[in-house]
Amino acid sequence: MLEIKNLRASLEEEGKEILKGVNLTIEAGKVHAIMGPNGSGKSTLSYVLSGRDGYEVTEGSVTLNGEDILGMEAEERAAAGLFLAFQYPVEIPGVGNMTFLRTAVNAQRKARGQEEMDAASFLKEVRAKAKELKIDAEMLKRPVNVGFSGGEKKRNEILQMAMLEPKVCILDETDSGLDVDAMKLVADGVNAMRSSDRGFLVITHYQRLLDHIVPDVVHIMVDGRIIKTGGPELALEVEKSGYADLIGEAA
Amino acid sequence: MGLPQAKLTATEARLAALDMPKAPGWSSLARAAALARVESMGLPGRRDEYWRFTDPAELLAPAPVPAALFRGEDKPVFDDMDRVKLVFVDGVFDAEASDDPALAGVEISRLAEAQALDIHWAADLYGVLEARAQEPVERPFAALNTAFATDGVLIRATGRAEKPVNLVYLHHSESSDAVLHHVIKVEAGADLTVLENGPAAARFNKVMEVDIADGGAFHHVRVQGRDHERRAATHLFARLGRESTFKSFTMTANGALTRNECIIELTGDDAVAHVAGACVGDGSDFHHDDTVFITHDAERCESRQVFKKVLKNGATGVFQGKILVQPGAQKTDGYQISQSLLLDEDSQFLAKPELEIYADDVACSHGSTSGAIDETALFYLRSRGVPRSEAVDLMVLSFLAEAIEEIEAEAIREEITERLAQWLARHRR
Ligand SMILES: Nc1ncnc2c1ncn2[C@@H]1O[C@H](COP(=O)(O)OP(=O)(O)OP(=O)(O)O)[C@@H](O)[C@H]1O
Ligand SMILES: [Mg+2]
Repeated sequence: MLEIKNLRASLEEEGKEILKGVNLTIEAGKVHAIMGPNGSGKSTLSYVLSGRDGYEVTEGSVTLNGEDILGMEAEERAAAGLFLAFQYPVEIPGVGNMTFLRTAVNAQRKARGQEEMDAASFLKEVRAKAKELKIDAEMLKRPVNVGFSGGEKKRNEILQMAMLEPKVCILDETDSGLDVDAMKLVADGVNAMRSSDRGFLVITHYQRLLDHIVPDVVHIMVDGRIIKTGGPELALEVEKSGYADLIGEAA
Repeated sequence: MGLPQAKLTATEARLAALDMPKAPGWSSLARAAALARVESMGLPGRRDEYWRFTDPAELLAPAPVPAALFRGEDKPVFDDMDRVKLVFVDGVFDAEASDDPALAGVEISRLAEAQALDIHWAADLYGVLEARAQEPVERPFAALNTAFATDGVLIRATGRAEKPVNLVYLHHSESSDAVLHHVIKVEAGADLTVLENGPAAARFNKVMEVDIADGGAFHHVRVQGRDHERRAATHLFARLGRESTFKSFTMTANGALTRNECIIELTGDDAVAHVAGACVGDGSDFHHDDTVFITHDAERCESRQVFKKVLKNGATGVFQGKILVQPGAQKTDGYQISQSLLLDEDSQFLAKPELEIYADDVACSHGSTSGAIDETALFYLRSRGVPRSEAVDLMVLSFLAEAIEEIEAEAIREEITERLAQWLARHRR
């Protein structure tokens, strides 16, 4: 469903190449995990996929259900079904969390030619989903992510994902900063969304998250390339002996 | 007059184009004194420090620059409110369009009529706060106004006013030049809300003097929207007694040139004064200036200034704000923030925040910032499917929120937010 072919991307300002030919296909219903050393380009991949300004794609293609998304604006990619849970969720003072969510849900619906959700059913749905993630109603009233703890921000990302019901979910280190219980909550939230028509790309440094969200495929990214692909056992290998052996193997 | 020749010439030319009312009655003394003030100060020029950021030329030219009339569809802002409406068309009172000014706890009369009466409460107040405010900074347009005002509303609140008084200023003539002077007295423990809206004229010089006695409360919400080309110099003078409250909010959208001065004296202990403004400007022909001067001359008073401006396509915003804490004004709590959001590199914000403190036990803070829209936040919103233009509007409204929140009445707060949202949607570019 998401097909990335030989994707090369550089920083627009410095011209520095970060992604050096990424190949990756996420099939519907599957969970792919990406692991890799700090600075290897994992977040950059997530930003390039979701359409953030500041990167120049110099080569390759990305399609979502056959449709080229690289020419789309960020908001169009979202409406097409792409979602990124940020490694560092952004604080937006003055914009209420609820307003933000409703604007987002309705903007996507509008873009897809669907009717907007009325206020009452929206509220009901948010409340139910927030409850599952143990996000209290008070937090929904606050400005987006302002004053949220690290873990609350990550749970808020999952709430947004649950409300937006995307086709492809990219989770960038959603486990970092989470305590054991919160990690379980987030994993349950993600697992509840696993379905035959939805794919996941889970970026993480730790095997721990993958105990809860069991991946179908694990990739190792080093220096802007995927150097190895395998099953869940690959994550265990990284956990045990780090990246040095894998890098050596690939070289 | 010991004025420089250029200033003298400009002042004389302006004065020659104005007439005092035929029967000024009790106002004649105040008017004569005000005229003498104008003659000795002269009208401002670009060289005057207080007008460094705003060119007063069009405000003092003998004739106004013609201004096209508003052609929009939306109805005037406070039309759905329960209020006492008083309408001025190009500065001329329109009795037909106005409500009967009967309001329990409030006396309302008009300057043009009341000045002929032998006795009137406003005789002791007309031009008084304006004259007091000529020190330490000269405000010649306000003195000019006191001398030549053709009309205005005199409001005395003796109790809790049931409804707001709404001054509606319509603009029907492309070259009108209006000078209105309102005097408001809020008696001890009384409570009054005054709303103002509309462009008023091609050029508008307005003074509002507000005297609030002990325990009184005055709320003021003003909307300067509509006409793109009108020019205005307004002065809002307030004097606050013990435990009194003054809250003023102004929304400005459109207008070629606006200079809003607000001068507040806290003279009684434990008084509270808040003044706020939200301004949105589009285009290089937009210039908006908020000039505020707050004097703390009593103990434990609180003052708060919150001014936010959103500027695009070459618009200019100005903020000059001063808190003066007099000797003995202990436990003063003064807060001032002025911020601008520049939506492009052509727009500019000029700010001069000042503190002058002569008491030792005070807490005063001020901050002035000017910045572009947060691209990271913008991407975050867009990544959730919110189109760029909507995302920008959402962030602009959130930027303005701190100023809008200064309005106490929720219905008005929502109405203002909605108006701003509509303006933003019309000005997406
Ligand atoms: N805007 C930028 N300006 C300069 N360098 C950048 C920028 N964005 C990314 N980089 C560089 O690109 C490389 C890849 O960064 P990226 O954030 O994608 O790594 P990552 O794999 O997500 O790392 P981590 O595991 O630490 O989150 C790093 O060397 C980083 O410094
Ligand atoms: Mg990263």
